[in-house]
Amino acid sequence: MKQELTNAIDVQNAVKRYGDFTALKKISLSIKDNEFFTLLGPSGCGKTTLLRMIAGFEDVTEGDILLYGEPIADLPPNKRPINTVFQNYALFPHMTILENVAFGVEMRGASKSDAQTRAGKMLELVQLSQFSARKPSQLSGGQQQRVALARALAPQPKLLLLDEPLSALDLKLRKAMQIELKHLQRETGITFIFVTHDQEEALTMSDRIAVMSAGELQQLGEARDIYERPRNMFVADFIGETNLLEVSVDAIADGRATCHLGGGHELTCNAVDGIGVGAKVHMSLRPERLFISDRPTDAEGLKGTVRENIFVGTDISTIVDLAEGLDFIVRTSNSDRGNRRIFEPGNEVFVNMEHGAARLLVD
Amino acid sequence: MAAGAASGGSATTDTYKEARNWLLLPSWLVLGIFVLMPVLMMLVYSFLTKEFRGGVIWEFSTDAYDQFFFDRGLFGDEPPKIEWTYITIFWRSIWQAGAATLLSLLIGFPTAYFIATRPEKTRAIWVFLITIPYWVNLLIRTVSMKFMLRDNGPVNDFLLGIGIINDPITIVNTNFAVQLGLFYSYLPFMVLPIYASVERYNFNLSEAAADLYASKMTTLRRILLPAVKPGVVAGCILVFVPSLGSFLAPDLLGGAKNFMIGSLIEEQFKGNAGNWPFGAAASMVLLSMVLIILMIFARQQAKAGKEAS
Amino acid sequence: MARAKYDIKSFPGFFPITVLCLIILYAPLLVVTIYSLNDSNSITNWEGVSLRWYADVFTGPESAKFKVAAWNSFTIAIIAATVATSIATLAATAMVRGGKFRLRTVSFGLISLPLMVPEIVLAVATLIFFNSIGFTRGYMTILVAHIAFCIPFAYLPISARMQGIEDSFEQAAQDLYATKRQAFTKILLPLMAPGIVSGFLLAFIVSLDDFIITNFVKGAGVETLPTAIFGSVKQGIKPNIMAISTMLLGLSIVLVTLSYLISKSDNTK
Repeated sequence: MKQELTNAIDVQNAVKRYGDFTALKKISLSIKDNEFFTLLGPSGCGKTTLLRMIAGFEDVTEGDILLYGEPIADLPPNKRPINTVFQNYALFPHMTILENVAFGVEMRGASKSDAQTRAGKMLELVQLSQFSARKPSQLSGGQQQRVALARALAPQPKLLLLDEPLSALDLKLRKAMQIELKHLQRETGITFIFVTHDQEEALTMSDRIAVMSAGELQQLGEARDIYERPRNMFVADFIGETNLLEVSVDAIADGRATCHLGGGHELTCNAVDGIGVGAKVHMSLRPERLFISDRPTDAEGLKGTVRENIFVGTDISTIVDLAEGLDFIVRTSNSDRGNRRIFEPGNEVFVNMEHGAARLLVD
Repeated sequence: MAAGAASGGSATTDTYKEARNWLLLPSWLVLGIFVLMPVLMMLVYSFLTKEFRGGVIWEFSTDAYDQFFFDRGLFGDEPPKIEWTYITIFWRSIWQAGAATLLSLLIGFPTAYFIATRPEKTRAIWVFLITIPYWVNLLIRTVSMKFMLRDNGPVNDFLLGIGIINDPITIVNTNFAVQLGLFYSYLPFMVLPIYASVERYNFNLSEAAADLYASKMTTLRRILLPAVKPGVVAGCILVFVPSLGSFLAPDLLGGAKNFMIGSLIEEQFKGNAGNWPFGAAASMVLLSMVLIILMIFARQQAKAGKEAS
Repeated sequence: MARAKYDIKSFPGFFPITVLCLIILYAPLLVVTIYSLNDSNSITNWEGVSLRWYADVFTGPESAKFKVAAWNSFTIAIIAATVATSIATLAATAMVRGGKFRLRTVSFGLISLPLMVPEIVLAVATLIFFNSIGFTRGYMTILVAHIAFCIPFAYLPISARMQGIEDSFEQAAQDLYATKRQAFTKILLPLMAPGIVSGFLLAFIVSLDDFIITNFVKGAGVETLPTAIFGSVKQGIKPNIMAISTMLLGLSIVLVTLSYLISKSDNTK
């Protein structure tokens, strides 16, 4: 494996076992300098374990972790130039906001007054200077979260870890903080590793995303890549909404695969490495890349009956019972510009797909 | 070593696991030398020969236990009969402790229940009120009780005053006085665990029972009581066990006729008349009883805990 | 009164029983307090309010005995509670922050042993122990015995407190370049302070109140307040005993209230 020194973090074949239970199964990944990187997955997938291994709170059973090329797996957390924003912030309740933010700088050897000067600057950055003499309990959740951020950034770490830091905030505040975090990352130029189970949050903020499940890396790539070209069933299902069809691959030519459904209906889509002729696999179709009409726009249109329309604000989801015996979700923008018809329940319709909407999945 | 608990969830964490043996060492030393060793020494002493001026001769002997359980006549040459003197004292202790426990339960359960159903803010204050007396010196409390109960004391004055009795009744130096004293000593121990389990009880269950046509009393008996049983059992143990070995209440309130285990043991170590091996043996019998009760209790609590989860 | 609402939680009679319970608990203490203010030489007749028996405690014929006993009681209680609290704090750190280990259950059993063994048995055992190693009974034997049986009383509030403190605070400290020792002294100890103070106060009260064990290990001539009171009570309850008892019970109530208020003050939120 080629190893570039510019990588902020290289995780090499990292394994974590608790007794008989394996929490991480040989994970390898590299995070680039100055990147906003997200570990995404459902709870128990191992993402927090991996983060805590990078921070130094969990020891590495096997494998290695390099920080800018230096092995750090044997260093205790206080010897790693890495700081964490904890899920519940973990602001020291018996210290003032200023003391909290100054703590790390002081522990790194700065004098008390230097540390407090630096802390003051950080509080300015997160616009909380006026609260510096207060105790954490006197601040709102959003303010506490910004203090936690300032505290973690104050010692100028090489790497900032964020463990679901927005999960305790309400929706509006969370959206605002997502943007603020992204700004902060660009301004400071520090590499961020963000852990979340919220796929929307991950898609919004990240340069690259690693999707994890059951202690394994499922897919690593840019946000758009992961959404549009999910590699396997888990990723397609976990990220966004999707329709899954069981298909058999009949032929592959010129990078296109011809497949058929159980009922014999034929569909074509881009071929995928690792799926050959004769394979029985799943095909993913994103609902927003499908549209309904009363006659097929091409030979691939799937015939069905509208079961119901569900109003979801910005969109309308139409559930269609396919002739193949499956139900399908089609999403139509709730806007007149699209010039699309809404069909009533009971209408016979055809579900058509945009070019490139279908994606074959490795199981 | 991968003994670490998975992140979150577990009650203990392993931040200081490297230092834990050093951290525990002082407590191991102090408790090992000054609590565990003494108990083991007591076991040894119970198998030694008594010396007449108090103390022991280092010769193995089962005389102490023999004297406790068997009567071999004045010169020790008769065929052994069961010796009832000490068994009777133990039996009386069990009976007194049992009566005190029952008394505590009768008063303690409604009290604990009442407190647990108060609004959350006031509960802590009620519990605090119940616990304060426990922290007052037991000797002072027992003396106060004696003062209250004596022939011309406030209780008799009160009963005479409202005309229930015409002559003062003698309470001090009766079994009942001892039961009252024990009850008074350990009442908070009954209230607290019952309170804790009623507080955890989900009253939706009672509402569900009432919804299904159960009367209040039926709900109490069939739904609530089984749910809070572990707390009731814990309370009974916490009153019964210390009552069994208590010394002050029987000594100050009971008089010579109402001898309990505690006084029997104490007497063996007083001055030159005592019999140390016999006192040690009686202590061992008491300790064994208590440990058996605690073990049965621990097993039951573990089972109840498993059922609840 | 408003019309009785159907309340699944309330049972008639439970409130009066609760009141009765409190009366039973407090009446003896109250009566002793009142009679300690009695001007009479006898405890039976009420002859008006006076503080003469309080003065008697400090200046009367038995005052010298009480002064020595009080000195012994308080110095033993302070030393025993301090040592027991320190030991208990270290032990609680190992038990709550030391991960899972094989000796954990054994250690917990050892720590709670003084609570499980009946007091009279512990008293006998301690006496036998000191006797067998040839220790002369006196101030030191009382002190050592008190340190041992005070440990669980200090341990319980301290470990309860520590369990309530998430370890993410210490992790955050280490993440911010503090060593484990610094995380302990700068973060965990200040957060545990209320638990430690309340553990100390409980240990102090327990030591101050102990009669049975002290009575066995004190040896001739050394008295603490409870043993001195017991000796006097054996010859009948006298008014000066009421006064001294009232002072002691007042002190206990003040300390327990303090402990309660301190443990309630939550500095982790």
